[in-house]
Amino acid sequence: MRRSFVAELDELMGEDRRVVLLTADLGYSVLEPLGVNHPGRVINVGAAEQNMMGVAAGLAHSGLIPFTYSIATFATLRGYEFVRGGAIVHGLPVRIVGIGGGFEYGAAGVSHYALEDLGLMRAQPGMTVIAPADGAQARAALRATWDLPGPVYYRIGKVELPPLLELAGRFRLGRLEQLLPPANLVMIASGAAARLALAACTRLREAGVECSLAVAACLAPEPRTDLIALLSQAHAAVTVETHYRENGLGSLVAQVIAEEGLGCRLVRAGVDSVPQTYVGSQPYMESVFGLDTTGLMAAVNRARGVTPSL
Amino acid sequence: MLTADRLRKVILDQAYRAQEGHIGSALSIAEIVTVLYREILRGETGDPRRDRLVLSKGHAALAVYGALHLMGRITVAELSRYCSDGSTMGVHAQHGVPGVEFTTGSLGQGLTFGCGCALAARLRDESWRTYVICSDAECDEGSTWEAAMLAAQHRLGNLWAVIDYNRQQAMGGTDGIISLGDLRARWQAFGWEAVEVDGHSEDELRHALSAAPAHPDLPHVVVANTVFGKGVDFMTGQLRWHYATMTTEEHALAISQLRKRQ
Repeated sequence: MRRSFVAELDELMGEDRRVVLLTADLGYSVLEPLGVNHPGRVINVGAAEQNMMGVAAGLAHSGLIPFTYSIATFATLRGYEFVRGGAIVHGLPVRIVGIGGGFEYGAAGVSHYALEDLGLMRAQPGMTVIAPADGAQARAALRATWDLPGPVYYRIGKVELPPLLELAGRFRLGRLEQLLPPANLVMIASGAAARLALAACTRLREAGVECSLAVAACLAPEPRTDLIALLSQAHAAVTVETHYRENGLGSLVAQVIAEEGLGCRLVRAGVDSVPQTYVGSQPYMESVFGLDTTGLMAAVNRARGVTPSL
Repeated sequence: MLTADRLRKVILDQAYRAQEGHIGSALSIAEIVTVLYREILRGETGDPRRDRLVLSKGHAALAVYGALHLMGRITVAELSRYCSDGSTMGVHAQHGVPGVEFTTGSLGQGLTFGCGCALAARLRDESWRTYVICSDAECDEGSTWEAAMLAAQHRLGNLWAVIDYNRQQAMGGTDGIISLGDLRARWQAFGWEAVEVDGHSEDELRHALSAAPAHPDLPHVVVANTVFGKGVDFMTGQLRWHYATMTTEEHALAISQLRKRQ
């Protein structure tokens, strides 16, 4: 996903000189061509994420459109108060690109697992929050949002995977994208976790259970209208995200169900504790927290209120 | 007409009327703000090529509001709403006030904003300058030095920092909390052209901020040695006036002490 996003950003920088890129000393083997193609407009600020967010605010205040780039944990956590004091308080077009949501950094360990980035960014009014499902959607999302007047957060997958053919690169601001047709049972996934959800839906269908799948690549502005339409027709829903269960997609959907008085049971699949003392590959870590196909099938059963295995 | 002592009177009157604190911090930058607004900053509010001033020590915002008032940019009626319900003017600098570039109040952010402004002028090939007023306590913040290193790396000669070195921070003297020692030498070590001045001498400030720099391609810092609560004897160097609000008697005494200076 990252290379697709960066390729689109490269094009944007060629089209509009206001776009500049700041990196906090990350992006080796990915960002170098942008520095060659756009001399002087790719700036490595060093390992200094707080400063990067403050500098971005200053650049945006002066009419530029700065993209800041780092691993998602560092991009969102270290500089958070500078994002609040700069981009949010002044409503500036700062872009935050957080690479590698969830467990994409695998054996690198918990310091590199972005498990609260979407929640942190959702917490700030005025922040557009984007978590594309694949490279094609990442390109479309960037193209649709790069010149918004306020700040934008992009959670961009590090791993390059084949595109989700059912998604076909669709993205609309504040909307869901439907991958499988509406049904009584609904799965809603954000970011690269859409792939995990799709695998579970495929297994369900093989077992004779119809399950709808929607991708929520835009968490803010929230896709409320689409969620109401989808969940009004459903008895049970499962949200799927490589994120803590609090404050991300699952919380958003729970809010909509409660506030709109929808009679839909919800199970929030996600990360429910801090992996303090162990590491592992991305698939291993996802399985630990019930985000693999087996775990998601179990979540679906809980949502349906049934206990037998499918 | 903006003068440092008129500015001090505005600070005292408004802080008393609003019953707000941070008086000592505002008084210590009266000359710095006066020289910057009256003689250094170019361009009107809203002009994209105006010089930018970032008050990184946002808790001294009353000094900036007062200067904008004495420069004719904020009316008496507006100033008199300082800290009232719904006012654009809070204790800490608020960008809703015309002429205030950035909302501040969290220490260590202003120089990063200013660094971005200076970098933007460079990228846009424009000649306006950026000035940032920092407190000495902000030199405790790591982000200040992150910004300092970036400015030196990119040789942002269009960036000026003024450090209000009043040697006092929220819980006591800087020397007893985090000693900053020879602050000029520290900034020089970070690659800035650094000068040290008496922060209450308008002549020295003017010279430091307007004379052709010896190193025009380096960022510039003016370490301004100041006195916390300057101008009011019973506030001078007294930590209490970081927080306290004035009684009627204290306000009257403070104004009378100001008059004696004039």
